Amino acid sequence: MKKMKLYIDNNEVEVMEGTTILEAAQGLNITIPTLCHHEDLCIAGNCRVCVVEVEGSEMLSAACATPVSTGMRIKTNSLKVRDSRRTIIDMLLSEHAGECVTCQRSGNCELQTLAVLYGSPDNHLMDISIKTEPDRSSSSIIKDDSKCIKCQRCVRTCQEIQKIGALTMSGKGEHAKVSTFFELPLNTVVCTNCGQCVIRCPTGALVERTYIDEVWDVIGNSDVHTVVQTAPAVRVGLGEALGHDAGGRFTGQMVSALRKLGFDAVFDTNFTADLTIIEEGSELLNRLTNVIKGSGEALLPMFTSCSPGWIKFIEHQFPHLLGHLSTCKSPQQMFGALAKTRWSEKAQIEPEKISSISIMPCTAKKFEAARPEMNDSGYRDVDYVLTTRELAKMIKQAGIDFDKLDESECDSLLGKHSGAAVIFGATGGVMEAAIRTVYELVTGRPVPFENLNITAVRGMEGIREATLRIEGTVEKYNFLEGVELKVAVAHGLKNANAIMELVSQGSAPWHFVEVMACPGGCLSGGGQPIPTSPEIREARARAIYEEDESLPIRKSHENPEITRIYEEFLTDGPCGHKSHHLLHTHYTPRR
Amino acid sequence: MSISLSVKTAIEESGNSRENLMSVLQIIRSDLGTLSPAILTEVADQMGLSRADVYGTATFYSFLETTPVGKYSIRICRSISCDMKNKNAVREALENHLFIKKGETTKDGMFTLTETNCLGHCHEGPVMLVNDEIHTELTPDSAVKIIEEIRIREGVDE
Amino acid sequence: MTRERISKMQEKVNLIFSECDSMELLEQALKVEPQQILKMLLTSSLRGRGGAGFLTSLKWKFASEADGNRKFVVANADEGEPGTFKDREILDKVPCKVLAGMAICAHTIGAREGYIYLRGEYNYMKKSLQQKLDEFNDKIKNMLDFTISIKSGSGAYVCGEETALIESMEGKRGEPRNKPPYPVTEGYLGFPTVVNNVETLVYVAMIMKHGAAHFASLGTEKSKGAKVFSVSGDTPIPGIYELEMGMNLAEFVELFGDGDTKAVQVGGASGFCVPRRKFAETIIGFEGIPTGGSMMLFNSSRSMYNVLHNYLEFFCEESCGQCTPCRVGCQQLRNGIEAVKQRKLPPSHLDVLSKMTRTMKIASKCGLGQSVPNSFNSIVTSFKEEIIY
Repeated sequence: MKKMKLYIDNNEVEVMEGTTILEAAQGLNITIPTLCHHEDLCIAGNCRVCVVEVEGSEMLSAACATPVSTGMRIKTNSLKVRDSRRTIIDMLLSEHAGECVTCQRSGNCELQTLAVLYGSPDNHLMDISIKTEPDRSSSSIIKDDSKCIKCQRCVRTCQEIQKIGALTMSGKGEHAKVSTFFELPLNTVVCTNCGQCVIRCPTGALVERTYIDEVWDVIGNSDVHTVVQTAPAVRVGLGEALGHDAGGRFTGQMVSALRKLGFDAVFDTNFTADLTIIEEGSELLNRLTNVIKGSGEALLPMFTSCSPGWIKFIEHQFPHLLGHLSTCKSPQQMFGALAKTRWSEKAQIEPEKISSISIMPCTAKKFEAARPEMNDSGYRDVDYVLTTRELAKMIKQAGIDFDKLDESECDSLLGKHSGAAVIFGATGGVMEAAIRTVYELVTGRPVPFENLNITAVRGMEGIREATLRIEGTVEKYNFLEGVELKVAVAHGLKNANAIMELVSQGSAPWHFVEVMACPGGCLSGGGQPIPTSPEIREARARAIYEEDESLPIRKSHENPEITRIYEEFLTDGPCGHKSHHLLHTHYTPRR
Repeated sequence: MSISLSVKTAIEESGNSRENLMSVLQIIRSDLGTLSPAILTEVADQMGLSRADVYGTATFYSFLETTPVGKYSIRICRSISCDMKNKNAVREALENHLFIKKGETTKDGMFTLTETNCLGHCHEGPVMLVNDEIHTELTPDSAVKIIEEIRIREGVDE
Repeated sequence: MTRERISKMQEKVNLIFSECDSMELLEQALKVEPQQILKMLLTSSLRGRGGAGFLTSLKWKFASEADGNRKFVVANADEGEPGTFKDREILDKVPCKVLAGMAICAHTIGAREGYIYLRGEYNYMKKSLQQKLDEFNDKIKNMLDFTISIKSGSGAYVCGEETALIESMEGKRGEPRNKPPYPVTEGYLGFPTVVNNVETLVYVAMIMKHGAAHFASLGTEKSKGAKVFSVSGDTPIPGIYELEMGMNLAEFVELFGDGDTKAVQVGGASGFCVPRRKFAETIIGFEGIPTGGSMMLFNSSRSMYNVLHNYLEFFCEESCGQCTPCRVGCQQLRNGIEAVKQRKLPPSHLDVLSKMTRTMKIASKCGLGQSVPNSFNSIVTSFKEEIIY
């Protein structure tokens, strides 16, 4: 690779061959507006908002798609550029059925921002937008074609990051649009509800299905007892939706805000994350016992089952491997089941009077909560799922000055948690938490890593593997002596797909595999604040690991409320009859 | 032949990699008619592509119809040179003869009438394609006659 | 009289459709070193005959210098420009010359695989073409390691754009790519690929046969050689004519007009409309209006609103729809002239549209969107009353 010298707005800059004009400009802190461009996606170069003038060419060049060459002289703010930029934005507005006052993305819409900054004060182009009824079939995502500006970020996300391909461009010319297979409703196609398209859509064409009004209704109803849980990743994302930089932690303020909003009991999904570790860890040991002792059939590797996008992915793409999934419900659903049983008993409130609400970094959780199988207590585990973004909106609606809130703690019984639960929010976190507990159960000693940090499974590499030799086992687990526990972690469904291909071929060497549907894990789930980028994901991950280290208890099995629940409620122990009834489930193939 | 088998045959003839998709779709369109959801599902599954992707590809091309079409696709050239030679009169004659409007298919599923962009016979307009057969220098009468002949060939009574 | 004149003009050129033994021609051509062929093409000044007019010698030079385990030669037979029908005629009458041109290209750039991308509208030619191809492939077996096959289109005008054509060959939607990289370095399946118009390839063969100097002696300084024209519209003698480049439009109308020609659309829907008062000053060629060969004549009975509306309707359908200026621009233009005609918008809206076309021209992703403004602006400028009233 050779270096190339060029000039942008008369500033000299030297960059490596292959750099785009946009990247070179960024190096000079020159902002070129973009729209179809997204750091996580391949270059499309189709919106043309980023056009710049290259000396010697009559045509403008798309800065995002044009590699630099030596001696290039570029103007990013010439008369010609400004004229075209404005015209292009006016054109986009002319095909976009705006409705800014009612749009969920108003205030955080990239098109709106560009329009305000660069658009004409008086757009003379005709309104050519086509108002169509949005697709509201999915419990997670609403697709509104009339707001779509055909940047194809969603199509690229679904294809490149997730390798699902639920979305495509169809038709051509004036009929070109983002479509599902034969325009079928979203809830009938292979969409996993991951919402990665939602957090990359620049407009309101793809948004989460919101349940804010329903939640306000139950909060306001004195006959209903509202129980709320918040997922680990919410606390490291919420700040961004309320004006803070990425990477802030707001657990205490978040709990206070939830109380102010009027929830009757404020708990933590982290509690059931710890519970998941006990249940899933036990299940793993059971499977290992069966396989190694040859006393029964068990499928390995075992897959984690926390991520509902990942579950639906297997149901569609690899239904024959469903048996590898841990039977554990996700922490959200475990919590929901306990809210309507254990909490109901303790608080002496009829389960039918309890409304169970969760705050999730996820859109797929909305779908998961609505699954018919998720109602083992006789009542729906989780009644309403809100995203981090929706919670932020409620906080704003309630007029709460978030920054001035004191920190407070969750209610007890279903509120205490360990650091191991917090890291569920980052890719590799479930694996790390599980190893911390399983290793200690088997050997009676903590994991042999400095400060309990299992760095081998951390990071943002798509697929990570680790091997842990088990030595010095306690008597019960003597059969595991010397066994090398092989694990893998994958995030983003494209990487999951690669893992599944190996498992399908029978050439997967692992015992235990963690998969999160979203790149980075839940911290960049489809329900998290918009935008997302590699830097933002790094910052949120840092916050998660800081939170872990800040907590007095770092291992799930040391959470005193966990000990208590097995003493008082799940008395036949992990993977026992009662936990199987309430906390485990099965999934079925889909086409 | 079942859809699954037809698709399999088309893939065997064309090849199984992405660059053969157009060829596969062309063969199936010609053998089975409309590219229906069932057909495209089969193509996607057998070629290891996403269904939406296959659908999106097909809908880009006006000859790879995904909406129901008749056994015979009548495509009248709508480009300016044929327009100047009065292709509208030809279209209207066919509409009246077939009792359908542009874009529709006859009840017996035999004919679909559409307009298409330049067919490349601008010096001998108006022209139309009936499936892969080109007919030039049409008059309303000659166009109707061509359709009638097909009807006779197909043994369909009026 | 005029017919005789035209015949004489055609006879002077007579390259494309001349009788010639393609195999013998090829045998001779393959004895020439690639470097020498590039030199001949450079001397001939041959430019692409599809419409864009890129220097063929340069295209081939880039491809010959590019690294690639595989290289491809593609004959672009996706002739879709309204008013153009010469490639069909060429493939029908002299297919072996096209194949010879492809083989010469393969020899020059080091390609072993060739494709003819035949538009779906010409499916009825596929069988006979395939037959010719099989014979050809068989005959050249001992001369050159090169095999040609056919890939078919399925009705998409934009696939005539070379990167869209390649996308389509790869089984995808025919959406033009970002350039660079150009096909000569990264084309079909990522390998160096030369995409040439059918007519261009025949001229290559003819240059090898008759020499670069002969070709360059035809035409004008800036537009050397000859060109096949597709003549249609209000003319008593529509058809295919091979003529020297650089003729002026007055001459052309004198030969082909019906005595009442009010305008000629040069280059099809993506070309320019020239009104009568500009015939004398308009050269058909790179110094004036370059064309892929479509020459459409309109007499005074024609409504230029209808003509323009027809073109815009065409572009609204045939734009690939990915880039904003083209997708939205085409619809704005069509809906705009409709609204003006129906008095829903004032005539001054035409100025809004004209201003908008500046952006379409310089900011569209490919040649399609960049050239839509040609017909709009040239027709609106010369026939404003017809558009408004």
